[in-house]
Amino acid sequence: MNTVLALSGVVIKELYRRKDFYVLFVLTAVITLVMGSVSFFHDAKIVRYVKEIALLLIWVSALVIAIGTTARQIPAERENRTIFPLLAKPVTRGQVILGKFAGCWLACGLALIVLYLFFGVVNGSREHHWPVLNYCQAMWLQWVMLGVVVAFVLLGSLIFASPSSNATISFIVVLGILLLGRYLNQVALQQPEPLRTVVYGLYFLIPHLEWYDVRDLIIYDQGLVGWLDCGLATLYAALYMAVFLLGAWLVFRRKALNQ
Amino acid sequence: MKKLGPYLILLVLLAACFSLATLLQERAAGWSKRGQSDNILKVLLGDGRRLFANHFFVQADVSFHGGYYPSLFDQANRPKDTSHLTAKEGEPAAEEHEKQMNFLGPPRDWIERFGRHFIITAHTHLEGNKEREILPWLKLSAELDPQKVETYTVAAFWLRNMGKVKEAERFLREGFLNNPDSYEILLELGRLYYENNHDPARARKIWDLALRRWSEQAAANKDPDLLTLDQIAGNLARLEEAEGNFARTIQLLELCKKASPHPEALQKQIDELKQRPAARPPAAAPGPR
Repeated sequence: MNTVLALSGVVIKELYRRKDFYVLFVLTAVITLVMGSVSFFHDAKIVRYVKEIALLLIWVSALVIAIGTTARQIPAERENRTIFPLLAKPVTRGQVILGKFAGCWLACGLALIVLYLFFGVVNGSREHHWPVLNYCQAMWLQWVMLGVVVAFVLLGSLIFASPSSNATISFIVVLGILLLGRYLNQVALQQPEPLRTVVYGLYFLIPHLEWYDVRDLIIYDQGLVGWLDCGLATLYAALYMAVFLLGAWLVFRRKALNQ
Repeated sequence: MKKLGPYLILLVLLAACFSLATLLQERAAGWSKRGQSDNILKVLLGDGRRLFANHFFVQADVSFHGGYYPSLFDQANRPKDTSHLTAKEGEPAAEEHEKQMNFLGPPRDWIERFGRHFIITAHTHLEGNKEREILPWLKLSAELDPQKVETYTVAAFWLRNMGKVKEAERFLREGFLNNPDSYEILLELGRLYYENNHDPARARKIWDLALRRWSEQAAANKDPDLLTLDQIAGNLARLEEAEGNFARTIQLLELCKKASPHPEALQKQIDELKQRPAARPPAAAPGPR
C-alpha cells in the first residue's frame, strides 16, 4: 500500500509541476467570468447560463486532465527508461499500475475540488444560495466517472502505440458514451437483426458514464440524487475500474519494456 | 557594399508592411462583400452561425422546460413550432404540447430505469419570473441569426411579461430593422403598444402595417400563415369596434373567419355587429388574395 501511495504521490507532484491544470483553470475562470459579466436586457438575476457554461468547462477540463495525464504515464516511464530502476526496486508491475491509477485519479480529484470551489463561489455570489450538498454529490459522481476513464486510458496506454493515439481514441470513446450511451438501446431497437443484438449487446457492455453527469440537476436547481442510487452508481463504476485495471495488469505483466 | 544586418532587414520589412497597410486599408474594406456593420460572430462564423443560432434557440426551449427535453433520438416528440413558448395554460397549443412532451415512456431495461435517477424526468415550465433564464440564449440566437424572427417575438413576449417593456420594444425594433417584412414582429410590437403602453392609435398603425405585410407575402406563399392573420385581424377588429367603426370591424372579422378554427362564433359576432347602425364607411383593408 505504501508503495502504491508513493507512486501516486509522484503523479500528483507531476500535476502541479506541469502547466496543464493551471492553463485549464485560468481558461475556465476567464471564460466563466467574462460570460458572467455580460448583461442581458439589464437583468442581473439571470444565472443559469453562467452555471451551464461553467459546468461544461469543468467537465471538459476534468476530462482533458484525466486523459492527458494518464495517457503519458507509462509511455513516459518507458521512453525515459525510468521504468527499469523503478521495477528494479521491490515494486511489482501490479503496484506500478495501481500507483499510476491512484495518482491520476487523486490528481483529478484535487483538480475537481479547485474547479468546484471556483464554481461554488461564482454561483453563490450571483444566486445567493449555496447548495453545498448538491455540489459535493455532483463532484463525487464526476470523480467516480473519472476513475473509470483513468483506468480505461491506463489500459489504452499499454495497448496503443503512442500517448497521442491513446488520448485521441479515449476522447472519442468517452465522448461517444457520454453523448450516445443513453440512447444506444433506442438505436438498437430500430435496427434489423443481427445488428440489433450487436448494438444492444454493446449497450449493456459499455460503462454508462452518462449517469454521472448530473449537471442538469445543478443548473435547474433540482434535488439530490438518492444516496442509495449514488452508492450503487459508485459500485458500478468501481467494478468497471477493476475490470480495466485487471486488463491493464494482464497486458503489462507480459509486456517487454525495452522496445 | 557593406553587408546589411538581419535586424536592419527586419526593420525595413516592418516599415514596408506598415506603409502598405496604410495604403491598402481603405481599399481592402471595399474588396470584401461584408459591410462595416458585420459583427465579429458573422465575420468569424459566416453562414455557419445560423446552425449555432438554432442550437441556442433550442437551448432556450430546454431552459424553459427546466432541462426536460426530447433528445435527437426523440425527434418525433420535439416541439415543431414555438407556440408553446408563449401559450397560456388551457390553450390548445399548450394541451398539444403537453402530449408531445410525454416522450419518455416506460423504461426499456434496467440500465434505462436506473439512469433515470440521474436525469430530470418531470415536464415543467419556468414560472415566477424564472422565465428570464431563457433570455441569454435568445439574445445569442438573435446575434447569430438576425433573420430568425421567432427569436425576437418569443423574447419580447417574456420581456413584456416581466415588465421590461422598454427592453422588449428595443429588441423588437432591432428585429424589425433586420426583418423589415416580418408581420410577426409587427404583431408583437402592436401588442406591446396596446397592452403595455396603452397606446391604441400607435398599435393600430402597427397592426395595419402588419396586415399589409401579411397580404403582400400571402400572395406569394402557397401556404399562408393563417394563425398570425387571425391574431392581427382579431386585434385590429377589437380596436375598430372600440372606436365604433363597425363596418371595418366586420371586414376584419371576415378575414379572421377565413383563418379561425371556429368560424361560427365569429359569424355570430358579425351578425350582431350588422344589427348595429354603421357609424362610418369602412376604410380599405387589405385582405388575403
